[in-house]
Amino acid sequence: MNLITKTVAVLFLAVLAATTAMSQEPPVFDNLEQELRFAELTAELRCTVCQNQNLADSDAPLAQDLRHEIHEMILAGRSDDEIKTFLVERYGDFVLYLPPVQGNTLALWAVPLVLLLGGAVAVFFVVRNRNRKLAQQRQAGNG
Amino acid sequence: MISRLVPIGVFLLLGVLLAVGLKIADHKEDLPSPLIGKPMPAFSLPLLDREEVIVDSGTLLGQPMLINFWASWCVTCRVEHPIIEDLARSGAIRIVGMNFRDEPADAKAWLQRFGNPYDMIISDRSGRTSIDFGVYAAPESFLVDAGGTIVFKQLGALTPEVIEQEILPRIGNQGSVAR
Repeated sequence: MNLITKTVAVLFLAVLAATTAMSQEPPVFDNLEQELRFAELTAELRCTVCQNQNLADSDAPLAQDLRHEIHEMILAGRSDDEIKTFLVERYGDFVLYLPPVQGNTLALWAVPLVLLLGGAVAVFFVVRNRNRKLAQQRQAGNG
Repeated sequence: MISRLVPIGVFLLLGVLLAVGLKIADHKEDLPSPLIGKPMPAFSLPLLDREEVIVDSGTLLGQPMLINFWASWCVTCRVEHPIIEDLARSGAIRIVGMNFRDEPADAKAWLQRFGNPYDMIISDRSGRTSIDFGVYAAPESFLVDAGGTIVFKQLGALTPEVIEQEILPRIGNQGSVAR
């Protein structure tokens, strides 16, 4: 019994070690700044195969390939904008988690602002009306 | 009076937004390709069955073609396969297979098992060219006109309806249906 538990434990550790070794080959960079840029870019770009994951989190083959491309472009000295343009030219705005402000995304960006302003205006009028009413009541009460 | 109408107005507005959202959600899979209307990305890759022959994308131009990205690991490609065979049999258009991110031995075994409908199969083993084409998954098909412009992209398996409604009308009389 004990032997079986031990064997299972060893096998489990072996599989764990093997899978982590496979999935996590940290890309090598020249300096910390490049590494940080890589982390930032892969976090804000969408893995198009598994649509609710970013490139950094995904283990899909396409995400791995795209991370590889991004890694090479960073080493080649390309800017963040150039790298994003590279991906948008191929996969569309959809790869960006943060969509650009442009014609077809205007509503997306404007609606929250409009709602916030609208709410502020509504609160202003409600409060003013209530104050007026309270003041009238007080006058009526005093008079 | 007005204050009573405001909640109704807000409610209606929300309803409209939800309806529009649902309508968009219906078509979530039709991700537009930024490549439509643009020249097809250039590549220079070997043939699957004769690796010493390198195909340059420029030499493929001159007549319309359907570039079909497939792989032996792709289950949907099996579903799509008979439809591509039918299209190939009709002779309506040249079909170029793009075997990507795949082991050539696996790809050849797959073709032996299911049949080879392609006029030519190009091997993009690294998947680099599939990135240039913005391929999300397999299968994906690109309709390229004689001048090398991408005019249509099918995400996922081709269906007889897509071939009938999207592909054949776009090649017009250029593809010789005779045969």
